[in-house]
Amino acid sequence: ARYREIDDNYFEELENILIMSDVGVNMVMTIVDEIKKEVRLNNIKDPREINEIIADKMFVIYANDSIMTTKLNYAKEGLTVILMVGVNGAGKTTTIGKLAHKIMEEDHKKVMVAAGDTFRAGAIDQLAVWAERLGIECVTGKEGGDPSSVIFDGLKRAKEAHADVLICDTAGRLQNKVGLMKELEKMNRIIKREVPDGPQETLLVIDATTGQNGVNQAVEFSKITDITGIVLTKMDGTAKGGIVLSIKDMLNIPVKFIGLGEKIDDLQEFDLEQYIYGLCHDLMG
Amino acid sequence: MAFESLSDRLQESLKKIRGQSVLTDENMEDMLREIRLALLEADVNFNVVKEFIDHTREKAKGQNVVGSLKPGQLVVKIVHDELVELLGTEVSEINVDKNPTIIMMVGLQGSGKTTSAGKIAKYLRDKKGKKPLMVAADIYRPAAIEQLKTLGETLDVPVFAKGTEFSAEEIVTEALEYGRTNNNDVILIDTAGRLQIDERLMKELENLKAIANPDEILLVVDALAGQEIANVAQSFNDQLGVTGAVLTKLDGDSRGGGAISIRYMTGVPIKFIGTGEKLENIDLFYPDRMADRILGM
Ligand SMILES: Nc1nc2c(ncn2[C@@H]2O[C@H](COP(=O)(O)OP(=O)(O)OP(=O)(O)O)[C@@H](O)[C@H]2O)c(=O)[nH]1
Ligand SMILES: Nc1nc2c(ncn2[C@@H]2O[C@H](COP(=O)(O)OP(=O)(O)OP(=O)(O)O)[C@@H](O)[C@H]2O)c(=O)[nH]1
Ligand SMILES: [K+]
Ligand SMILES: [Mg+2]
Ligand SMILES: [Mg+2]
Repeated sequence: ARYREIDDNYFEELENILIMSDVGVNMVMTIVDEIKKEVRLNNIKDPREINEIIADKMFVIYANDSIMTTKLNYAKEGLTVILMVGVNGAGKTTTIGKLAHKIMEEDHKKVMVAAGDTFRAGAIDQLAVWAERLGIECVTGKEGGDPSSVIFDGLKRAKEAHADVLICDTAGRLQNKVGLMKELEKMNRIIKREVPDGPQETLLVIDATTGQNGVNQAVEFSKITDITGIVLTKMDGTAKGGIVLSIKDMLNIPVKFIGLGEKIDDLQEFDLEQYIYGLCHDLMG
Repeated sequence: MAFESLSDRLQESLKKIRGQSVLTDENMEDMLREIRLALLEADVNFNVVKEFIDHTREKAKGQNVVGSLKPGQLVVKIVHDELVELLGTEVSEINVDKNPTIIMMVGLQGSGKTTSAGKIAKYLRDKKGKKPLMVAADIYRPAAIEQLKTLGETLDVPVFAKGTEFSAEEIVTEALEYGRTNNNDVILIDTAGRLQIDERLMKELENLKAIANPDEILLVVDALAGQEIANVAQSFNDQLGVTGAVLTKLDGDSRGGGAISIRYMTGVPIKFIGTGEKLENIDLFYPDRMADRILGM
C-alpha cells in the first residue's frame, strides 16, 4: 500500500479518488464518513487492514439491504420484453446486440429485436447489422415513422414466431425533452397492453463517462418507465462510472450489466466487488 | 431535485455575502467552499476546481474584497471573469480560408462526431457559401456509413464512401483526390469513435492526420461528460494536436462543466456547440454566454 498511516491525508485521498470517479459529492461524504467510523470503532492502524473495510463498507452502502440480481427477469410463460432506454449515444443499440448474444448463448432463448429508433439517421440499419450478425429477425418500420407502431409490430411478430424474448431499441433522448419522453411513455404503454407484466426489463443505458447529470437521467426516465436496471457502458475506457453509486443510493436502481467494448461478447454481468476494487484501486494499491 | 444547479448554488452562497456588509476571511472561506461544491456538481474537473478556487481567493484578496462595502458584487464579478477567462474570452471561429480546408472530426464513441460533421457542413454551406464534401472514414461502427450518407442526402451535400472493405487511410487518400476534382473547398472527415487509450485506433488517426494534413482537428465532446473528460481531451490533444472542440448535447440539462475542464487542461478553444439532434442545431461558442449560463446571470 502507498500509505503508512491512516490519517486525514489518507481519507482526503479516498475522497478525491471517489470525486474524480464521478461519485456525487454527497455520496462521497456518506461513504468516507462510514469508513472513518468503522476505522475508529475497530481501532485500525494498519493500512493493509483498511482495504477490506473500504470494500465491505462500500458493498454494504451500495447493497443497502436491497435484493440485487444480475439475472434477467423472464416471463413465466410467453414473451419476455426488454426495453432499452437512455440519452443519445449512450450505447443502447450496441448493448442490444451484445445482450441478445448473451441471452442466446447462455439461456438458449429465441430472441428478436425491434427497431424502435425511427429518428436517427442510420439507426435502423445499425440494428439490422447486429441482427444479421446474430442471425435473428429484426422488425423494422419506416424511417421517420411512429416508433410505437414499430414496437406494436415487433410484439405481434414475436408472438407469431414464438420468440422467447423481444428486445426493443428506442431513439436516444435527453430526459428534459418533454415530447420525446411522452413518446417513450406511449411505447411503454403499448408493451404493457400487449404483454402481461411487460416489459419484464427496462434497462437504462448509461455511459461510464457520464457526470452528475446521470442522476437526473435516472430520475426522469424512472418517472416514465419502471427502470429495472442499469447497463453501464464503455467501462473499457478510463472513466469509472461512479455516478451509478449515487443513482443506487437515491433511486435504488442497481447496475445489471457493464459494457466493455464494441464486440459481440463485450457485455458482462455486474460484479459489485470487482467494481469497488476498480474504483479504489489506486488507494488500495 | 437533489442537486441544485450551479447557478442556484452560487447565487445562494453569494446571497449570503450580499446580505453582509463586510466580507470576513471566514465567510469568504464558506463561500469558496460553496463554489467548490457547485463546480464539482457541475462536472468541472477536480484539479481545475482546486486551481479555480485558489485563483479566486487570490484575486479576492488582491482586490481588497475583505472589508470592502459591497463584497458580494465584487465576488460575483471575480467568479464570472475568472470563468470567462477559463473558457477562452473570445469566440473562436473555425478557419476555412484555405482551399480546400480539411477538417477532421475525432472523439470518444457516441460523442456526436457524425452528427456534428453534418451540422458543420450545413453551417459552412449556408453561412460561408462553401461547397463541402463529407468523407465516411468510420469503417467499424455498424451502419456508420449509412448514417453519414443519410445526413448527406438530407442536406444535399455529397458524401465520399467506399464501404468497409478499405482502410480509413485508403478512403481518405482517395477522398482528397475526389474532393479536388469536384472543387469541394471544404472536406470534412468523419472518423470512428475511439478510446484515447486504444493505441491501434489512435495510430490510425495519426496516419489520417499525416495523409490529410488537416487545417482543423475538432475534438467532439459530450456535455454530459464528467470528471474524466479532462484527461480524455488532454490525451487526444497530446497525441494529435487538436485545434478546436465541439461541445454537444447542450440542449440537455447538464451543467456542462466539462467545457471549463477541456479549455483549461488543453488550451484548445471550443469552436461549436451542439444544441439538438437536428442539423440546424449548431451554434458558435460564446465564452461569456457560457459563463453567464453557469452563473445563471
Ligand atoms: N468502447 C466502448 N464503446 C461502446 C460500448 N458500447 C457502445 N459503444 C460505442 O458507442 C457508440 C454509440 O453506441 P450506440 O449503441 O449507437 O448508442 P445508442 O445509445 O444506441 O445511440 P443513439 O441511438 O444515437 O442514442 C458506438 O460507437 C458504439 O460502438 C462499450 O461498452 N465500450
Ligand atoms: N440532443 C442532442 N443529441 C445530439 C447532439 N449531437 C449529437 N447528438 C446525438 O447523439 C447521438 C450520437 O451521435 P453521433 O453523431 O452518432 O455520434 P458519433 O460520435 O459519431 O458516434 P460514433 O461514431 O459511434 O462514435 C445521436 O443520437 C445523435 O443524434 C446534440 O447536440 N444534442
Ligand atoms: K473503466
Ligand atoms: Mg441507438
Ligand atoms: Mg459516428
